[in-house]
Amino acid sequence: MATETAVDVVMPQMGVSVSEGTITRWLKQEGEQVESDEPLLEISTDKVDTEVPSPASGTLTQILVQEGETVDVGTKLGQIGGAAAETPAPAAEPEPQAPAAEEPEPAAPTPTAAPEPSAAPPPASGPAPSGNGKAFVSPVVARIAGEHGIDPSQVPGTGTGGRVTKKDILAFVESSGAQQQQPPQAEPEAPTPPAPAPPAQAQPEAPPTPPKPKPAAPAPVAAGETLPGETVEPMTAMRRGIAEHMRRSLDTAAHVTSAIEVDFSRIVAVREQLKKDYQAAYGINPTYLAFVAKASVETLRDYPYVNAEMRGDSIVTHNFVNLGIAVELAEGKGLIVPVLRNAEGLNLLGLARGIAEIAAKARNKQLVPDDVQGGTFTITNPGGYGTFHGTPVISQPQSAILGTYALVKRPWVVEDELGQDVIAIRPLMNITLTYDHRLVDGALAGRFLRDLRGRLEGWEGDGE
Amino acid sequence: MAELTYLQAISDGLRTEMRRDKRVFLIGEDVGVYGGAFKVSLGFQEEFGPWRVIDAPLAEAAIVGGCTGAAIMGLRPVAEMQFADFISCAWDQLVTVAAKQRWRAGTPVPMVVRLPSGGGFSGGPFHSQNPESSFAHIPGLKCVCPATPEDAKGLLISAIEDPNPVLYFEHKHLYRRIKGEVPEERYTTPIGKARIHRQGDDVSVITWGAMVYTADEAAQQLDSDGVSVEIVDLRTVMPWDKAAVLESVRKTSKVLVLHEDTRSGGFGGEIAATIAEEAFEDLDAPVKRLAAPDTPVPFSPVLEKAYIPQVEDVAAGLRELAEY
Repeated sequence: MATETAVDVVMPQMGVSVSEGTITRWLKQEGEQVESDEPLLEISTDKVDTEVPSPASGTLTQILVQEGETVDVGTKLGQIGGAAAETPAPAAEPEPQAPAAEEPEPAAPTPTAAPEPSAAPPPASGPAPSGNGKAFVSPVVARIAGEHGIDPSQVPGTGTGGRVTKKDILAFVESSGAQQQQPPQAEPEAPTPPAPAPPAQAQPEAPPTPPKPKPAAPAPVAAGETLPGETVEPMTAMRRGIAEHMRRSLDTAAHVTSAIEVDFSRIVAVREQLKKDYQAAYGINPTYLAFVAKASVETLRDYPYVNAEMRGDSIVTHNFVNLGIAVELAEGKGLIVPVLRNAEGLNLLGLARGIAEIAAKARNKQLVPDDVQGGTFTITNPGGYGTFHGTPVISQPQSAILGTYALVKRPWVVEDELGQDVIAIRPLMNITLTYDHRLVDGALAGRFLRDLRGRLEGWEGDGE
Repeated sequence: MAELTYLQAISDGLRTEMRRDKRVFLIGEDVGVYGGAFKVSLGFQEEFGPWRVIDAPLAEAAIVGGCTGAAIMGLRPVAEMQFADFISCAWDQLVTVAAKQRWRAGTPVPMVVRLPSGGGFSGGPFHSQNPESSFAHIPGLKCVCPATPEDAKGLLISAIEDPNPVLYFEHKHLYRRIKGEVPEERYTTPIGKARIHRQGDDVSVITWGAMVYTADEAAQQLDSDGVSVEIVDLRTVMPWDKAAVLESVRKTSKVLVLHEDTRSGGFGGEIAATIAEEAFEDLDAPVKRLAAPDTPVPFSPVLEKAYIPQVEDVAAGLRELAEY
């Protein structure tokens, strides 16, 4: 078993913006056989939950990262084949074989070709702690030590084999010993206010304190503390990912939003016609979103900066459109942006079908990492609930995001055939373009929206 | 308040309810003319008549099945198994019918099965068992195991009042050995609430039934060594008072789970697991279990003594935890 070539299992790169992943479940245990490409473990990143296939056939000899732990992309998670984890590391012995080397100078024990010690080398020296020696820290002692920032090894132990008992550490906390230690480590958990501000909690009523430059902001509640009426739930990997991405996007791009009103009369008429045909022939619903997507993709051809990204000191444009579609997961569970690749090659039917497919995949958690990577432009449709305007956040590293809103009938001034102004009832949609003003100028955005409106109002694509 | 034995307290509770509520009746082997194998119902047939104190044939399935039907029809039967061990004959009626009825059809089954249980008097394998964990595992059944005369009365009344089938484990070894003050009036002891039998700071014992007294004697021994032991008497095993157990664990950080039933699959395993899950960061030592070995109860007095946890065993376990 120890003779197989070792193959590392690493945290895969799940998307350009994804830097870490959480192990949700190992599907194999140490010592179990696994086939190449057989699902080995399940991971959760800020965008997708997925299975990781085994990179090789063999025995899962080591699990280095346990379930529930979050690690960076590329971190070694385990090992297929090679030496089993339980193989006693040779270093545990007081190096009996070291002198065996013929080198004349024993002073420098260069472990040139020494067998690779397993990932976690055993304690360098001293006998391995057996039984309940001082090295063992019980859960309650570990907790108290953590709360008070105490190193348990500094506490005199009275338990079996010198173990530090709960009583020992409580006595240590009560005695001055604790104060000698460095400031409690637990404190930084409380969100620290910006540097110059005084420590948050210290001053409810402390009149003798000299007046601070600013009155202390209301003390933030320390992490882990719950006030009456509050409910605390852990954040999912997806929510953490969304939070990080939203913040990073706003910190990166100069967000500006422009809006335009589009008369959808023609689209509504065309769609009425197409709906029956598409439903009957393909089982596909030509949604307004599909029309907007088609017009956007065409318009992007004339505005490469709207379909671009800033990469370091360069501006990178694309001769393709990988169209991201924001999809809300059930019950506010999060938002995911699956990508429809090469949307520039799709007609209205293809777009409608593609959008329906990726949305279904997203809702059924069937997306694979490639489905959420590589977007160049995104459309979000928050109008489903009737909103008529919004300022979406750009999906980094793209340069713009288009928002579509509720289609409503409004009184609208149009020209009749005699050139007279008349008020007509027209179905109107507000469409916004939120763009990164570092790259896209306001006038450019305006022209983009104008052209988009032109394409939609004078629809000449499919169905005409 | 009168001082009653544990057995008298059970009789008192049963009599109180039978006087108060005409729907309550008692059925079992020899409970009528003979007054019950242990004389719990002595004089009951004279007071309540043969229709409310019914001598049944040696047919536990019929007794429990009949009671289930009577309970569904609105009566409040109390069945006596002559020994808890015999309930295995009634398993099907109890587990398949009585326990499921409420979920299956929505009908309450307000029935009590009294189960004289426990060893300590050379009763051997068929007259000494503590089968509470088998039934605690069955959703739909409640299991109560009083240790004191006061709780024996209060829990029996609660059990009769309860709309679900309740197994009432009365420990035979406590019948005449344990005496205590029992209020004369009617009162109930809540099902699902533990009782702190003894306050302490250093080690907790979680137990029930006769083991409460074994633990108490052991605790007295440790007291002289300066180790203060807290004893939590669960009183009811299903539902059990998790909050009280966890509170004691958080205080002492060291726990001994003690029961007279056999070890593997005994209810102590459930308690130990819950402590490990919910109070892990409060533990200063491994959760320790002390129980009977996984064999039938032996007849031989010497072997039986080796089988049932004794005061010395508990004291040794407590010392080990205290010193850990």
